[in-house]
Amino acid sequence: MKFDRIMIRYGEMALKGKNKKLFEQKLKYNLTGKLKEFPETTIEKTQGRMYVHLNGEPPRKVMEACQKVFGIHSLSFAVNVDQTEEAMKEAVLLAFRDAEGAQTFKISSKRTDKSFPLPSQEINPMLGGHILRNTDGVTVDVHRPDVEIKVEVRHEGVLVTARDYPGAGGLPAGTTGKSLLMLSGGIDSPVAGYLTMKRGVELEAVHFHSPPYTSERAKQKVIDLAQELAKYGSKVKIHVVPFTAVQQKIHREMPSGYSMTITRRMMMRISEKIAEQRGILSMTTGESLGQVASQTMESMNTINEVTNYPVIRPLAAMDKLEIIDISRKIGTYDISIRPFEDCCTVFVPKAPKTKPTRANANYYESNTDFSEDLEKAVRESYTIEVDAQGSTDQHEDAFDDLL
Amino acid sequence: MIYLDNSATTQPYPEVLASFQKAAEQYFANPSSIHSLGSEVERLLDRSRKQAASLLHVDPHEVIFTSGGTEGNNMAVKGVALQHQNRGKHLITTSIEHPSVLEAFRALESLGFEVTYIDVDRKGLVDAETVMDAVRPDTILVSVMSVNNELGSIQPVEEIGRKLKSRPKTFFHVDHVQGLGKIDLPMDEWGIDLCTISGHKIHGVKGTGALLVRKHVSLFPLLHGGSQEAEKRAGTENLPGTVAFVKALRILKEEEQQNRDHLWKLRKQLREALSRRSYCVLNSSEDGVSHITNFSIPGLKPEVVIHALGEKGIYISTKSACSSKQPDVSAVLKACNFDYDRTTSALRVSFSSQNTEEDIKQFVDALDEAVRHLQAAMR
Repeated sequence: MKFDRIMIRYGEMALKGKNKKLFEQKLKYNLTGKLKEFPETTIEKTQGRMYVHLNGEPPRKVMEACQKVFGIHSLSFAVNVDQTEEAMKEAVLLAFRDAEGAQTFKISSKRTDKSFPLPSQEINPMLGGHILRNTDGVTVDVHRPDVEIKVEVRHEGVLVTARDYPGAGGLPAGTTGKSLLMLSGGIDSPVAGYLTMKRGVELEAVHFHSPPYTSERAKQKVIDLAQELAKYGSKVKIHVVPFTAVQQKIHREMPSGYSMTITRRMMMRISEKIAEQRGILSMTTGESLGQVASQTMESMNTINEVTNYPVIRPLAAMDKLEIIDISRKIGTYDISIRPFEDCCTVFVPKAPKTKPTRANANYYESNTDFSEDLEKAVRESYTIEVDAQGSTDQHEDAFDDLL
Repeated sequence: MIYLDNSATTQPYPEVLASFQKAAEQYFANPSSIHSLGSEVERLLDRSRKQAASLLHVDPHEVIFTSGGTEGNNMAVKGVALQHQNRGKHLITTSIEHPSVLEAFRALESLGFEVTYIDVDRKGLVDAETVMDAVRPDTILVSVMSVNNELGSIQPVEEIGRKLKSRPKTFFHVDHVQGLGKIDLPMDEWGIDLCTISGHKIHGVKGTGALLVRKHVSLFPLLHGGSQEAEKRAGTENLPGTVAFVKALRILKEEEQQNRDHLWKLRKQLREALSRRSYCVLNSSEDGVSHITNFSIPGLKPEVVIHALGEKGIYISTKSACSSKQPDVSAVLKACNFDYDRTTSALRVSFSSQNTEEDIKQFVDALDEAVRHLQAAMR
């Protein structure tokens, strides 16, 4: 016997009265996209829950995939069996074995089909006894069991539900609008993107590319990161901004102590323009207070001056180690630590000002006209669309043919 | 030509060779090179790994491309033993493993490891309980093949794996070289930590394959050097071979169900034909794998039969190609406790999906004729 479905519970979402329907639809849509690589699976929406029917697809893999979808509170494997004692016994044992290492259990049965001859009080010991007979050292604990196995006797069969697996939490991606993520290739920005997505936000990303100072591999890194992020939502569009000319001009004409601050201000301006063009209402960054020179309170104040768009900084108050933990968990860490330069590390000055001021930044910028350069950068930026399977970039088709 | 030695190796698919050639011509740069040619090749390698992972239901970084079954088996057995020897030096395997597993274990014995070899029954099967009984607190590795290469017996790796799940520090390796495409092997569900597969058994090219290594398993590398293959296997990657392997995997998976049905039909046809013949006795049991049929013609030297068939353009084999230079007795059949006549006269027919019912018919006719001639000559 094998599990034939995964039960999906959504916690927070269920509370949101009027939005509920939209959220459910979005969740179902995101799940469908997520499960594309398991073509046999189907999704059934019922009152307050969803079921993913496995139809022969590998249960663990499908579970892992579902665990990455935001808006899900918890999940369980389940199996629907005939209303026979034999099948029910086999099913509860299967469910018990899913909770590896469990030493105590409880069976909670419910009988919605009253024509079933046994009442709940008799179903529980009958099925519990079967588990006890087939295991060593396992006991029943009705108060604090390691695992609770739910048995629901219905007209269409008996549904046996195994242990809970945690879902990704949050809200279904795409239910709270869009943000433009400034994606560098480091450890922080993908985590910031992930945490924003967790609150239901759909992402587009902006990446500053400075060939030949940064290589194709640095860009590839960003594509790969976006692909990891896409696994938690749907597609991610990356707007790649050719940034070499702007950076060279800053390097040439701005005082070196301010070049980093001014570079960031230029990036903010370009990002805001792209956001505006795309109808995106906010920007998201991986800034974390005090982490590096550009992330002191003074720097943030000076950099933030150039935009009045909301800047979401999910990492602002997090420690580096907490950030690294998340990046490992979401699978971006190994990509982020690939040793390729990004545009922020290439022109880094020897002694960047850690306490820049708005007045000074404005004064230096007023000596040189950047407007043409910024417009050109926006104009010449191009878009790569990435989904969980790959990107639209470059020669993927040639590869398809080979493989 | 009727080629019935597909357990030894298969003929590469034309599409696979086309991919190999194109990759070798166009993507020749070293994927570790910094320039854009190198980075393109790196992306192709990356894509190959992802595709392999998705076809095999593992994560991309769990796929280590190797030069084939022998390397994969050595890497798994020695790699686990050397890496985890401080936890214990006891290893378990079966007496009917492929030489690349058995000899790796023997080599470890010479380094001070203790190995328990589990025997098989007359069907060529190990008993999961017996394996579990052999497990001790210092057992760090259990290695059992999924499908035996000579007999085609399907080992109870599911049962063993599920039972070993309660011992997370005892790793479980499965040599799946003969089973790939023929039987499913859900590593996660069955608690398999390492799994060896090979390219040239599935119409790929020689010198390709993979060891699938679950995330939590660390290995002592056989090959030290550069940081290729997640530092588990140094050496410039065999990109064309890998591309060809992954292509073969894709074709395998696309046609899997249809091919399985076809192989079962061929097997049924052959078994029925052979069981009607008094001169031969079937060694493969009814519940074995679809593509391997082993039988003996007591009294006739297998080499002679093979040469007689070879003259008619029909190619079968004795025991596994890797063992066939050793003396007459088949170690696998001997382990099944068959008598001497049977263990010294075994022949193996192994199909691929490209064989037809007509092939089987012609083979059986040719076998009848060869046996008639040879037996007459012996009188």
